[in-house]
Amino acid sequence: MKLFLRLAGLAIAVVTLALWFFGGMNRGWTKTSVMVERPDPVIPELTQRTWERRFLPGLEFLAGGLLLGGALAASAYLVRGPSAKKNG
Amino acid sequence: MVELLADPPVNSAMKIKFVSVLGLLLLPIAVWSAPQTFDFKDPKGVNNVVFKLDAPLESINGTASGISGSVTFDPADPSATKGRIVVSASSMHVGNPTMKEHMQGNQWMDVTKHPEIVFEAVEVKRAVTADNSTAADVMGKFTMKGVTKDVTVPVKFTYLKDKLKDRFPRLQGDLLVMRANFKVKRSDFGINAGKNEDKVSDEIDLSFSLAGMASR
Repeated sequence: MKLFLRLAGLAIAVVTLALWFFGGMNRGWTKTSVMVERPDPVIPELTQRTWERRFLPGLEFLAGGLLLGGALAASAYLVRGPSAKKNG
Repeated sequence: MVELLADPPVNSAMKIKFVSVLGLLLLPIAVWSAPQTFDFKDPKGVNNVVFKLDAPLESINGTASGISGSVTFDPADPSATKGRIVVSASSMHVGNPTMKEHMQGNQWMDVTKHPEIVFEAVEVKRAVTADNSTAADVMGKFTMKGVTKDVTVPVKFTYLKDKLKDRFPRLQGDLLVMRANFKVKRSDFGINAGKNEDKVSDEIDLSFSLAGMASR
Protein backbone atom coordinates (compact mmCIF):
# COMPACT_ATOMS: atom_id res chain seq x y z
CA MET A 1 0.00 0.00 0.00
CA LYS A 2 2.82 2.35 0.97
CA LEU A 3 4.64 1.62 -2.24
CA PHE A 4 1.47 2.13 -4.29
CA LEU A 5 0.83 5.58 -2.73
CA ARG A 6 4.43 6.66 -3.31
CA LEU A 7 4.40 5.50 -6.91
CA ALA A 8 0.99 7.14 -7.57
CA GLY A 9 2.24 10.41 -6.07
CA LEU A 10 5.37 10.29 -8.17
CA ALA A 11 3.37 9.47 -11.32
CA ILE A 12 0.98 12.42 -10.78
CA ALA A 13 3.91 14.80 -10.20
CA VAL A 14 5.78 13.57 -13.30
CA VAL A 15 2.69 13.70 -15.57
CA THR A 16 1.84 17.20 -14.32
CA LEU A 17 5.37 18.41 -14.90
CA ALA A 18 5.48 16.82 -18.37
CA LEU A 19 2.12 18.36 -19.39
CA TRP A 20 3.21 21.81 -18.21
CA PHE A 21 6.67 21.49 -19.83
CA PHE A 22 5.43 20.24 -23.21
CA GLY A 23 2.44 22.59 -23.06
CA GLY A 24 4.83 25.49 -23.51
CA MET A 25 5.93 26.19 -19.91
CA ASN A 26 3.18 28.78 -19.54
CA ARG A 27 4.02 30.99 -16.58
CA GLY A 28 0.52 32.49 -16.49
CA TRP A 29 -2.89 31.06 -15.64
CA THR A 30 -4.25 27.90 -17.24
CA LYS A 31 -6.12 28.59 -20.48
CA THR A 32 -8.57 26.56 -22.51
CA SER A 33 -8.36 28.82 -25.59
CA VAL A 34 -5.51 30.81 -27.06
CA MET A 35 -5.64 34.04 -29.08
CA VAL A 36 -4.19 33.75 -32.58
CA GLU A 37 -3.32 36.92 -34.49
CA ARG A 38 -2.78 37.13 -38.22
CA PRO A 39 -2.91 40.03 -40.69
CA ASP A 40 -6.13 40.31 -42.68
CA PRO A 41 -5.53 38.94 -46.21
CA VAL A 42 -7.57 41.72 -47.84
CA ILE A 43 -6.96 44.70 -45.60
CA PRO A 44 -3.39 44.73 -44.29
CA GLU A 45 -4.36 47.53 -41.89
CA LEU A 46 -6.46 45.02 -39.97
CA THR A 47 -5.35 42.23 -37.66
CA GLN A 48 -7.57 39.18 -37.42
CA ARG A 49 -7.83 37.81 -33.90
CA THR A 50 -9.40 34.44 -33.35
CA TRP A 51 -9.51 32.03 -30.42
CA GLU A 52 -8.34 28.46 -30.89
CA ARG A 53 -9.47 25.82 -28.43
CA ARG A 54 -6.27 24.59 -26.85
CA PHE A 55 -5.43 23.47 -23.32
CA LEU A 56 -2.49 25.45 -22.01
CA PRO A 57 -1.61 24.38 -18.47
CA GLY A 58 -0.57 27.26 -16.26
CA LEU A 59 1.22 27.71 -12.96
CA GLU A 60 -1.82 26.81 -10.83
CA PHE A 61 -2.11 23.53 -12.77
CA LEU A 62 1.58 22.81 -12.13
CA ALA A 63 1.35 23.75 -8.46
CA GLY A 64 -1.86 21.78 -7.99
CA GLY A 65 -0.43 18.63 -9.63
CA LEU A 66 2.83 18.78 -7.67
CA LEU A 67 0.98 19.36 -4.38
CA LEU A 68 -1.41 16.48 -5.05
CA GLY A 69 1.48 14.16 -5.98
CA GLY A 70 3.44 15.25 -2.89
CA ALA A 71 0.42 14.81 -0.62
CA LEU A 72 -0.23 11.34 -1.99
CA ALA A 73 3.39 10.31 -1.50
CA ALA A 74 3.44 11.82 2.01
CA SER A 75 0.26 10.00 2.94
CA ALA A 76 2.21 6.75 2.61
CA TYR A 77 3.83 7.61 5.94
CA LEU A 78 0.39 7.68 7.60
CA VAL A 79 -0.49 4.19 6.41
CA ARG A 80 0.41 1.49 8.85
CA GLY A 81 2.68 -1.16 7.45
CA PRO A 82 2.26 -4.88 8.24
CA SER A 83 3.23 -5.29 11.92
CA ALA A 84 6.32 -7.37 12.55
CA LYS A 85 5.54 -10.71 14.14
CA LYS A 86 7.02 -11.17 17.56
CA ASN A 87 9.12 -14.23 18.06
CA GLY A 88 8.46 -16.52 21.05
CA MET B 1 -45.27 93.82 -71.27
CA VAL B 2 -45.48 90.26 -69.94
CA GLU B 3 -44.53 88.93 -73.34
CA LEU B 4 -41.47 91.18 -73.40
CA LEU B 5 -40.24 89.95 -69.98
CA ALA B 6 -40.82 86.26 -70.67
CA ASP B 7 -37.93 84.30 -72.20
CA PRO B 8 -38.43 83.14 -75.70
CA PRO B 9 -39.21 79.39 -75.78
CA VAL B 10 -35.88 78.60 -77.48
CA ASN B 11 -33.84 80.24 -74.67
CA SER B 12 -35.76 78.31 -71.96
CA ALA B 13 -35.04 75.01 -73.68
CA MET B 14 -31.35 75.92 -73.92
CA LYS B 15 -31.28 76.81 -70.21
CA ILE B 16 -32.82 73.45 -69.27
CA LYS B 17 -30.29 71.62 -71.45
CA PHE B 18 -27.39 73.60 -69.95
CA VAL B 19 -28.51 72.90 -66.38
CA SER B 20 -28.98 69.20 -67.18
CA VAL B 21 -25.53 68.89 -68.75
CA LEU B 22 -23.95 70.79 -65.83
CA GLY B 23 -25.79 68.53 -63.41
CA LEU B 24 -24.53 65.42 -65.18
CA LEU B 25 -20.98 66.79 -65.17
CA LEU B 26 -21.12 67.61 -61.47
CA LEU B 27 -22.82 64.37 -60.43
CA PRO B 28 -19.66 62.25 -60.11
CA ILE B 29 -18.03 64.98 -58.01
CA ALA B 30 -21.08 65.16 -55.78
CA VAL B 31 -21.16 61.37 -55.39
CA TRP B 32 -17.42 61.23 -54.70
CA SER B 33 -17.48 63.89 -52.05
CA ALA B 34 -20.77 62.94 -50.42
CA PRO B 35 -20.64 61.54 -46.88
CA GLN B 36 -21.03 57.78 -46.83
CA THR B 37 -22.44 55.65 -44.06
CA PHE B 38 -20.27 52.64 -43.24
CA ASP B 39 -21.80 49.64 -41.52
CA PHE B 40 -19.46 48.04 -38.97
CA LYS B 41 -21.39 44.84 -38.45
CA ASP B 42 -18.88 42.49 -39.99
CA PRO B 43 -20.31 39.19 -41.28
CA LYS B 44 -16.78 37.75 -41.40
CA GLY B 45 -16.26 38.44 -37.69
CA VAL B 46 -12.88 40.08 -38.21
CA ASN B 47 -13.74 43.28 -36.35
CA ASN B 48 -12.59 43.15 -32.78
CA VAL B 49 -11.73 45.24 -29.76
CA VAL B 50 -8.77 44.17 -27.67
CA PHE B 51 -8.63 44.89 -23.96
CA LYS B 52 -5.66 44.51 -21.66
CA LEU B 53 -5.35 44.88 -17.91
CA ASP B 54 -2.12 44.49 -15.98
CA ALA B 55 -2.08 41.81 -13.30
CA PRO B 56 0.76 40.40 -11.15
CA LEU B 57 1.11 36.94 -12.73
CA GLU B 58 0.38 37.97 -16.30
CA SER B 59 -1.61 40.68 -18.05
CA ILE B 60 -5.22 39.85 -18.80
CA ASN B 61 -5.69 39.95 -22.57
CA GLY B 62 -9.01 39.50 -24.24
CA THR B 63 -11.14 40.46 -27.18
CA ALA B 64 -14.71 41.43 -27.91
CA SER B 65 -15.96 40.56 -31.35
CA GLY B 66 -19.66 41.45 -31.20
CA ILE B 67 -19.29 44.76 -33.04
CA SER B 68 -22.08 46.72 -34.69
CA GLY B 69 -22.91 50.35 -35.45
CA SER B 70 -22.32 52.80 -38.25
CA VAL B 71 -20.07 55.74 -39.04
CA THR B 72 -20.77 58.54 -41.50
CA PHE B 73 -17.51 59.52 -43.12
CA ASP B 74 -16.79 62.01 -45.88
CA PRO B 75 -13.34 61.52 -47.45
CA ALA B 76 -13.42 65.17 -48.54
CA ASP B 77 -14.27 66.35 -45.03
CA PRO B 78 -13.19 63.86 -42.34
CA SER B 79 -13.80 66.42 -39.60
CA ALA B 80 -17.55 65.96 -40.18
CA THR B 81 -17.36 62.31 -39.14
CA LYS B 82 -20.14 61.10 -36.88
CA GLY B 83 -21.07 57.65 -35.72
CA ARG B 84 -21.76 55.08 -33.09
CA ILE B 85 -19.94 51.82 -32.41
CA VAL B 86 -21.60 49.22 -30.20
CA VAL B 87 -19.81 46.27 -28.62
CA SER B 88 -21.76 43.37 -27.19
CA ALA B 89 -20.44 42.91 -23.64
CA SER B 90 -21.22 39.19 -23.70
CA SER B 91 -18.81 38.75 -26.63
CA MET B 92 -15.87 39.58 -24.35
CA HIS B 93 -13.56 36.60 -24.18
CA VAL B 94 -10.40 35.68 -22.29
CA GLY B 95 -8.50 32.40 -22.44
CA ASN B 96 -9.22 31.31 -18.86
CA PRO B 97 -12.85 30.17 -18.39
CA THR B 98 -12.99 31.07 -14.66
CA MET B 99 -11.63 34.52 -15.39
CA LYS B 100 -14.20 34.95 -18.16
CA GLU B 101 -17.02 33.98 -15.83
CA HIS B 102 -15.83 36.52 -13.23
CA MET B 103 -15.34 39.23 -15.87
CA GLN B 104 -18.88 38.86 -17.18
CA GLY B 105 -20.36 38.52 -13.69
CA ASN B 106 -22.19 41.19 -11.71
CA GLN B 107 -19.11 42.40 -9.79
CA TRP B 108 -17.21 43.22 -12.96
CA MET B 109 -19.02 43.87 -16.26
CA ASP B 110 -22.49 42.57 -15.31
CA VAL B 111 -23.25 41.76 -18.94
CA THR B 112 -26.83 40.63 -18.34
CA LYS B 113 -27.75 44.04 -16.90
CA HIS B 114 -25.46 46.10 -19.16
CA PRO B 115 -25.28 44.21 -22.47
CA GLU B 116 -23.73 47.02 -24.55
CA ILE B 117 -20.55 49.07 -24.52
CA VAL B 118 -21.04 52.14 -26.71
CA PHE B 119 -18.82 54.81 -28.19
CA GLU B 120 -20.61 57.71 -29.82
CA ALA B 121 -18.53 60.20 -31.84
CA VAL B 122 -19.65 63.77 -31.21
CA GLU B 123 -16.88 65.90 -32.70
CA VAL B 124 -13.68 65.41 -34.69
CA LYS B 125 -10.71 67.68 -34.11
CA ARG B 126 -7.18 68.03 -35.49
CA ALA B 127 -7.91 65.95 -38.57
CA VAL B 128 -4.81 65.52 -40.72
CA THR B 129 -5.19 63.73 -44.04
CA ALA B 130 -2.43 62.20 -46.14
CA ASP B 131 -3.34 60.09 -49.16
CA ASN B 132 -6.26 57.90 -48.08
CA SER B 133 -5.52 58.07 -44.35
CA THR B 134 -6.73 60.57 -41.78
CA ALA B 135 -5.48 60.87 -38.24
CA ALA B 136 -7.84 62.73 -35.93
CA ASP B 137 -8.90 63.19 -32.34
CA VAL B 138 -12.44 61.93 -32.00
CA MET B 139 -14.31 63.36 -29.04
CA GLY B 140 -17.25 61.34 -27.91
CA LYS B 141 -19.25 59.66 -25.23
CA PHE B 142 -18.10 56.29 -24.00
CA THR B 143 -20.65 54.19 -22.12
CA MET B 144 -19.67 51.10 -20.18
CA LYS B 145 -21.63 49.33 -17.42
CA GLY B 146 -24.27 52.04 -17.64
CA VAL B 147 -21.86 54.92 -16.96
CA THR B 148 -21.21 57.51 -19.68
CA LYS B 149 -18.00 59.58 -19.77
CA ASP B 150 -16.57 62.06 -22.27
CA VAL B 151 -13.42 60.70 -23.89
CA THR B 152 -11.06 61.79 -26.64
CA VAL B 153 -9.73 58.97 -28.78
CA PRO B 154 -6.95 59.32 -31.38
CA VAL B 155 -8.32 57.46 -34.40
CA LYS B 156 -6.70 56.63 -37.71
CA PHE B 157 -9.19 56.36 -40.56
CA THR B 158 -8.20 54.66 -43.79
CA TYR B 159 -10.60 55.10 -46.68
CA LEU B 160 -10.36 52.27 -49.21
CA LYS B 161 -12.29 53.22 -52.29
CA ASP B 162 -13.81 50.34 -54.30
CA LYS B 163 -12.19 47.77 -52.01
CA LEU B 164 -15.42 46.16 -50.83
CA LYS B 165 -15.39 43.70 -53.74
CA ASP B 166 -12.03 42.36 -52.54
CA ARG B 167 -13.75 41.27 -49.37
CA PHE B 168 -17.15 40.41 -50.75
CA PRO B 169 -16.79 39.69 -54.49
CA ARG B 170 -20.52 40.16 -55.15
CA LEU B 171 -20.62 43.66 -53.65
CA GLN B 172 -19.48 47.01 -54.99
CA GLY B 173 -18.51 49.80 -52.63
CA ASP B 174 -15.93 51.22 -50.28
CA LEU B 175 -14.34 50.23 -47.00
CA LEU B 176 -13.40 52.36 -44.03
CA VAL B 177 -10.83 51.07 -41.56
CA MET B 178 -10.66 52.64 -38.11
CA ARG B 179 -7.82 51.95 -35.70
CA ALA B 180 -7.32 53.38 -32.25
CA ASN B 181 -5.69 52.81 -28.92
CA PHE B 182 -6.79 54.50 -25.71
CA LYS B 183 -7.06 53.96 -21.97
CA VAL B 184 -9.94 54.18 -19.52
CA LYS B 185 -10.11 53.54 -15.79
CA ARG B 186 -12.45 50.84 -14.57
CA SER B 187 -13.08 52.85 -11.40
CA ASP B 188 -14.60 55.63 -13.55
CA PHE B 189 -17.20 53.18 -14.82
CA GLY B 190 -17.99 51.46 -11.53
CA ILE B 191 -16.31 48.20 -12.55
CA ASN B 192 -15.37 46.69 -9.20
CA ALA B 193 -14.21 50.21 -8.32
CA GLY B 194 -11.46 50.45 -5.73
CA LYS B 195 -11.36 46.68 -5.30
CA ASN B 196 -8.74 44.09 -6.27
CA GLU B 197 -6.41 46.78 -7.64
CA ASP B 198 -3.48 44.74 -6.31
CA LYS B 199 -4.66 41.88 -8.53
CA VAL B 200 -6.03 43.71 -11.56
CA SER B 201 -4.98 47.21 -12.64
CA ASP B 202 -7.44 50.10 -12.59
CA GLU B 203 -6.38 51.07 -16.09
CA ILE B 204 -7.86 49.25 -19.09
CA ASP B 205 -5.92 49.47 -22.32
CA LEU B 206 -8.32 49.36 -25.27
CA SER B 207 -7.42 49.06 -28.91
CA PHE B 208 -9.56 48.37 -31.90
CA SER B 209 -9.16 47.75 -35.59
CA LEU B 210 -12.48 47.79 -37.37
CA ALA B 211 -13.57 47.72 -40.99
CA GLY B 212 -16.88 49.18 -42.08
CA MET B 213 -18.48 48.78 -45.48
CA ALA B 214 -20.57 51.07 -47.63
CA SER B 215 -22.07 49.25 -50.60
CA ARG B 216 -23.40 50.92 -53.72
